[in-house]
Amino acid sequence: MNWLLVVAGAVVGAPLRYLTDRAVQARHGTLFPWGTFTVNAAACLVLGALAGAALAGASSSRLDLLLGTGLCGALSTYSTFSYETLRLAERGRTFLAAANVGASVLVGLGAVHLGSQVARQLFA
Amino acid sequence: MTRPVPGGDGGPVDPDVDLHVPAQRTEPQGRVLAAVAAGGAAGASARYGIGLLWPSGPGAFPWATFWVNAAGCALIGVLMVLIGEDREDREDREDDEGSRTGRPLVRAFAGVGVLGGFTTFSAYALDFSRLLDEGEAGTALAYAGLTVVAALGAVWGAAALTRRAVGGRG
Repeated sequence: MNWLLVVAGAVVGAPLRYLTDRAVQARHGTLFPWGTFTVNAAACLVLGALAGAALAGASSSRLDLLLGTGLCGALSTYSTFSYETLRLAERGRTFLAAANVGASVLVGLGAVHLGSQVARQLFA
Repeated sequence: MTRPVPGGDGGPVDPDVDLHVPAQRTEPQGRVLAAVAAGGAAGASARYGIGLLWPSGPGAFPWATFWVNAAGCALIGVLMVLIGEDREDREDREDDEGSRTGRPLVRAFAGVGVLGGFTTFSAYALDFSRLLDEGEAGTALAYAGLTVVAALGAVWGAAALTRRAVGGRG
């Protein structure tokens, strides 16, 4: 049952990442991988909200598996993030590569924090 | 003109979506989305299983997520070289043989799906945030930094080794 919840979340999360990535990449002309940056930030926001809701007693372990482990886990990606960073570095775009790492980590952390705070206010 | 132009930059770095490739400008086919979904389910299941086998308590270094992300980054380095995704001439090649060999589906299933579903940025950021909240700043910073170093080292090393193994291309 738990495993099915993870699968159900991932079956939605992975295609959502792919479609969002496509939609974002179609709308800018820069080398910066905004598509992956966007899905990772969005997943961090949702996971933060889920964690905040759990702290306020408004979540359950099942919801955590479905939306946290499944949906957010599959919506976000570390492999594509690091591959894109490598590609930037290999092309001599060291600044963009470093900016991608720095911005992704800081925005991810900030998004988790923001999601958590908002959920705690909402469910307090 | 808002559409991206490859120009002297050598095109975008996004391995999952390259809208300069004519085949990828069309709307995604149902079978591509199905491959992404199936791969994502497999990858996320594997990540979940590893987390169950290797739980980390409050304040502890999240080793399961660390190794999942490092391993997934090594595997994408191998995969991208094996399917020729790292080569600069991929645009021509994709037209010639990409659709015939089913390579887009391999990338969709294994790269976007399995490895994308296996690795996670959100759990990484949440672990980082939790460790900070728990007053474990040292562990939090070590985890955040070591994951980045391991992930980038893994994708770089795996891609370099795979390029050498398949004949020194790239």
